[in-house]
Amino acid sequence: MALLELSGVTMRFGGLVAVNDLHLTLDPGRLYGLIGPNGAGKTTVFNVITGVYTPNSGTIRFDGADIGGERTGRITRRGIARTFQNIRLFGDMTVLSNVKVAFHCRQEAGLAAAVLRAPKHSSEEERVDRESRELLKIFHLEAAAEEKARNLPYGSQRRLEIARAMATSPRLLLLDEPAAGMNPHEARELMDLIRWVRDRFGMAILLVEHNMKVVMGICEIVHALDYGSTIAVGKPAEIQSNPKVIEAYLGGA
Amino acid sequence: MKGFLLAVAVVAVLFAANALFTGALGAGLAMSPYLLQVICLAGINIILAVSLNLINGFTGQFSIGHAGFMAIGAYTSAYMTVNFGDRVQSVLSFLPSAARDGAVLLISLAAGALLAAIAGFFVGVPSLRLRGDYLAIVTLGFGEIIRVFILNIDAVGGARGFSGIPKIASFFWIYLFAALSIVVVYRIVHSSFGRTLIAIREDEIAAEAMGVDTTRSKVISFVVSSAMAGTGGGLFGHYLMYLHTNSFTFLKSIEIIIMIVIGGLGSITGSVVGAVLYISLTEGLREFAQYRMVLFSLMLVIIMIVRPQGILGHREVASFLTRRRRLPTVPSAPL
Repeated sequence: MALLELSGVTMRFGGLVAVNDLHLTLDPGRLYGLIGPNGAGKTTVFNVITGVYTPNSGTIRFDGADIGGERTGRITRRGIARTFQNIRLFGDMTVLSNVKVAFHCRQEAGLAAAVLRAPKHSSEEERVDRESRELLKIFHLEAAAEEKARNLPYGSQRRLEIARAMATSPRLLLLDEPAAGMNPHEARELMDLIRWVRDRFGMAILLVEHNMKVVMGICEIVHALDYGSTIAVGKPAEIQSNPKVIEAYLGGA
Repeated sequence: MKGFLLAVAVVAVLFAANALFTGALGAGLAMSPYLLQVICLAGINIILAVSLNLINGFTGQFSIGHAGFMAIGAYTSAYMTVNFGDRVQSVLSFLPSAARDGAVLLISLAAGALLAAIAGFFVGVPSLRLRGDYLAIVTLGFGEIIRVFILNIDAVGGARGFSGIPKIASFFWIYLFAALSIVVVYRIVHSSFGRTLIAIREDEIAAEAMGVDTTRSKVISFVVSSAMAGTGGGLFGHYLMYLHTNSFTFLKSIEIIIMIVIGGLGSITGSVVGAVLYISLTEGLREFAQYRMVLFSLMLVIIMIVRPQGILGHREVASFLTRRRRLPTVPSAPL
């Protein structure tokens, strides 16, 4: 069964149709790419999936349940996590705390347990601390654990965003331009990291990216959008030679 | 166990200090009534500042109606004591009088805190569901509405003020609750739930995307803050023995905001420092009463220029004692 299924999703902003009758099916554990020229509606697709916008029509099913119109937090708790195109870290919190916040949605001890410092709260805090540090280690951020997030270099901030999203234990990870602003070397490292994370944790990944080397290098299936509509779906090699995609990027002859 | 012993020690110290200050250990050792009153009012201001900091400083939601919740707590608990205090006293007639007064105070404060919390819930739910400055606007209106509302209730004295409240809040009780509010806020902030509050302050959209139920976190924070303000108000009434709505104007809310801004939004020790500093300055400058507000404005302007994050910023006095732990060993990604 498909993990995420968008059928006939349309998102309009006044007269502008940002996403038009989109059909998108994602299977568990696979790596998908979403490409398209600027303004094609890629980030809007992310915002519709994560409940930031409620689509005007169409249905979004995650793991069999209709999630259209649910709040973002609830959708995250169901198992969809995301990163942001313009980095949105909790700047004044430490790197470690940034990750810990994302663990909160899987924790049970409530406010009363925290105020009374119940054993349940303490043991859970210990577990979260341990698991957060493990995640930081995976993303090569352990040395900066006590650093404020805003003081990290750009590449590390991007990695921290992914680490933080991972802490919600997602089954689907949405990465919005993870390689934006990275040099070729950093982008290559990121590709290895994304592939490695997928192999180790086995979640499906959908990434929006302008860096075609990254998309074509790691994605198994690529979905191309233009003006909010699907123009092609297929393996990277097929997409690269698809005349519609070439036209969307380079303009008609 | 360590915490329990510490709590017992704090209670014992407060009890002894109370006895010393009020002259129970010898009239010669007693503090001047004026100074004692200033110290007690400082304690109440600590409760108000620490609680306001939870919502303003840590959660980043600007509330400017704290005096309104203080008023609800003050009038509710005073009403309870005046009308039902005797009944509680007679039920507990087997206890010594100090213990009976304490019981009456605790019951009244609980009622005041509860009503303030309920008010906080009904103010918070509609305004905190939204992102942005709605809370500031709603609490601004709420504070005034509550004041005018109370002014028109004859059962609590109306415009004459509410008099005849027994003086059962003492230095001991005020500082016990001040210590309690510091502990509660500290524990909330240093918990998993507290991290969600700070995350909301830092970036609400990202917090929601990380699975935080932002509305729920904000409302809980606001309700806890309101309940604590209500407790502070209750102590205020039972200490001064008289309440008038003029004590709970918009200016009072602003005073509490000044305290936490001076001390540092997002620092508990900052709130304590701010509250004590504010009270010391208002009392110390009593001779120059007409220039007092000018001086305060000047001080705020200077602080905003020189140290916009407040005296302590986001830090605590104890933050210099953080320890680092060893990292666990797990396989790393190929980088």
